Amino acid sequence: MDFNIPENLKMMANTIRKFVERDLEPISQQVEEDDRIPEEIVQKMKELGLFGISIPEEYGGLGLGVLGECIAYEELSKTNLCFRTRVATNNGIGSQGIVIDGTEEQKRKYLPKIASGEWTACFALTEPDAGSDAAAIRTRAELKGDHWVINGRKHFITNGDIADVATVFAVTDPEKRARGGITAFIVERTFPGYHVGKIEKKMGLRGSHTAELVFEDCIVPRENVIGGDAMIGQGFKTAMKVLDKGRLTMGASAVGAAQKLLELSARYAKQRVQFGRPIAEFQAIRFMLADMATQIYAARNMVYHAAWLRDTTGAPVTKEAAMVKLFCTEMVNRVADMAVQIHGGMGYMKECPVERFYRDVRLMRIYEGTSEIQKLVISREVLKAFE
Amino acid sequence: MNIVVLLKQTPDTESVIRIAGDGRSIETQDIKWIINPYDEFAVEAALRLKEQHGGTVTIVSWGPQRVVESIRTALAMGADKGMLIDDEALEESDSLGIAKVLAAAVQELNPDIVLCGHRAVDYDHNQRGPMVAELLGWPHLPLAVSLECDGTTVKIERPVEGGKMVVESSLPAVVTMGGSHAVWNPRYASLPGIMKARKKPLDVKKLADLGLNPEECGSGAAKIRLVSLEMPPERKPGRIINGDLDTEGKAKELVRALREEAKVI
Ligand SMILES: Cc1cc2nc3c(=O)[nH]c(=O)nc-3n(C[C@H](O)[C@H](O)[C@H](O)COP(=O)(O)OP(=O)(O)OC[C@H]3O[C@@H](n4cnc5c(N)ncnc54)[C@H](O)[C@@H]3O)c2cc1C
Ligand SMILES: Cc1cc2nc3c(=O)[nH]c(=O)nc-3n(C[C@H](O)[C@H](O)[C@H](O)COP(=O)(O)OP(=O)(O)OC[C@H]3O[C@@H](n4cnc5c(N)ncnc54)[C@H](O)[C@@H]3O)c2cc1C
Repeated sequence: MDFNIPENLKMMANTIRKFVERDLEPISQQVEEDDRIPEEIVQKMKELGLFGISIPEEYGGLGLGVLGECIAYEELSKTNLCFRTRVATNNGIGSQGIVIDGTEEQKRKYLPKIASGEWTACFALTEPDAGSDAAAIRTRAELKGDHWVINGRKHFITNGDIADVATVFAVTDPEKRARGGITAFIVERTFPGYHVGKIEKKMGLRGSHTAELVFEDCIVPRENVIGGDAMIGQGFKTAMKVLDKGRLTMGASAVGAAQKLLELSARYAKQRVQFGRPIAEFQAIRFMLADMATQIYAARNMVYHAAWLRDTTGAPVTKEAAMVKLFCTEMVNRVADMAVQIHGGMGYMKECPVERFYRDVRLMRIYEGTSEIQKLVISREVLKAFE
Repeated sequence: MNIVVLLKQTPDTESVIRIAGDGRSIETQDIKWIINPYDEFAVEAALRLKEQHGGTVTIVSWGPQRVVESIRTALAMGADKGMLIDDEALEESDSLGIAKVLAAAVQELNPDIVLCGHRAVDYDHNQRGPMVAELLGWPHLPLAVSLECDGTTVKIERPVEGGKMVVESSLPAVVTMGGSHAVWNPRYASLPGIMKARKKPLDVKKLADLGLNPEECGSGAAKIRLVSLEMPPERKPGRIINGDLDTEGKAKELVRALREEAKVI
């Protein structure tokens, strides 16, 4: 067994750590208040190459593989989580449909722009009546001559307000639905009939926007079916493949955020004096720190192992990915709760970053598949072995 | 333009330093290593020169294998090639011995200009740059906070007691960098840069490869020996002026303590 992290990935982690410390942390509270990431910071993210870490080198990205992506996200998540979210849809759900199932022309046309950050990509699956039950989507696409016409409404779409291109899932055969009746489309913002609807007010993750996308007789060229005509009706599988991959990187983000919460808590505990002693001397506090550190250790190894498995075997590692998403996102919520507790009243105050993390990490148990849905996936895989 | 940067790897300034059992070295196992910040300014200055004049930037470093990571980081920032001199014979060398090795490497590379930090944040000897310049017989321009070079001469600005001095010399020359992170604002090793750095040449050399003999630069030649290290004394905890006093009483007590105990006013 070789647990060494390759040198170039370590260097990359160093660069991102420096970027977080020098450029992101100092403004993280400001971004929270403004609910907006300054354009100069987005520019720096582009220069660093953060938008293309998962995209193959031949299409302008870094082609890092899942382990590299996980290590990058772990570092990037040690600050306001909206920064990670800003780049995440380009590297993850917004581009992976094209990376995994796109045609050569689609890859050449879209991936370089997404990898450089010139274009922002998003992923539009969820609808008001189809969240966990994604197969229940109603957005409809019909072929009319040489183009498709899409009608419907997507909601809760991350970066939906700023995206230049969206992967949109729509029903092309209402009889078959998830079994051959859902198709994935590449839809550009400028296509006629594409509208950005309302922008949600959220519990957390300020600085990242979640929007509604509305399609009214939206005209999409025929060649924009992901994977071409041969893939018509195969979109649900594409969606599942994209989500499988994203579950690992989400786990890595949870680990990074949890590590930051541990650091903040340990520092605070050593410096906060009550009853004449730093609270770090009380067993109640020490045991919380021990629980946090142990859970982070378990979670990190799970992420790295599953990522390594995926990179070396190329297998989708569906069960492991679901386990990683479930365990790591639940873990970071427990850690955030302990971090607030260790900070006492201060942990409840806006001036304290743990207050922000506490709200932001709550989302991780919901999006890209709720914890319950992960358990459905895991149990299905477990029972399969006994059929 | 052929530019050489002398680079040293030092402990991260935020590392916790512990003295090793021998009392004259530090424990290295938990240390995070970085490019000496002043050398990082030199890398930045070198890359700016290259952007203006073209040419190559070569990173030269002495140290064990772990230094490769720092050289690769400089390559990822945009330098073209690296040279690491890693030889057991240099383990107990003094600054002059190391300067001889670096000067030999510079001679082999035959650059127009050599840049490095004016000091390293670990031992703070302030010797490498001037010694290398002396051994090469080149001019040395210290503490640069700006650097201009037209290919035949180099001009720097350096601070003097809050004022400014401008110095100029012909090339080849050695410039040692002063200033701060805010002055030089060294670029990040970008992620694409890191991927490219893997493919850039990095030579690892022994003394013999540079035509050097351990007797002239190894431990036997050392004129200076590090005898012992001592940690700074622990800072005394702060003191809070007695809460029973009213504001005026507290102010009086504070003035008294500053005058009689701390003796600072
Ligand atoms: C901030 C934010 C950003 C998002 N970004 C995107 C995006 O970019 N693109 C996108 O397509 N979507 C996005 N989503 C949508 C997200 O993926 C969904 O919210 C998520 O899948 C849950 O769907 P839902 O909200 O409709 O909840 P529901 O599916 O209605 O779930 C409600 C509850 O029922 C449980 N439940 C549902 N079915 C079962 C079952 N079979 N067994 C047991 N329990 C069940 C769920 O676990 C949950 O606890 C985002 C959501 C948020 C909040
Ligand atoms: C919104 C809000 C409203 C409030 N309103 C009022 C109010 O109206 N009036 C008022 O007087 N106060 C008020 N408070 C203060 C509140 O009562 C304190 O925040 C609370 O008592 C905790 O104290 P602390 O914040 O100083 O945390 P600390 O006492 O510093 O505690 C930090 C952590 O150390 C732990 N700890 C401390 N001592 C020990 C020990 N001996 N052994 C084990 N663990 C220990 C704590 O349990 C906690 O986890 C309010 C606080 C908030 C957040």
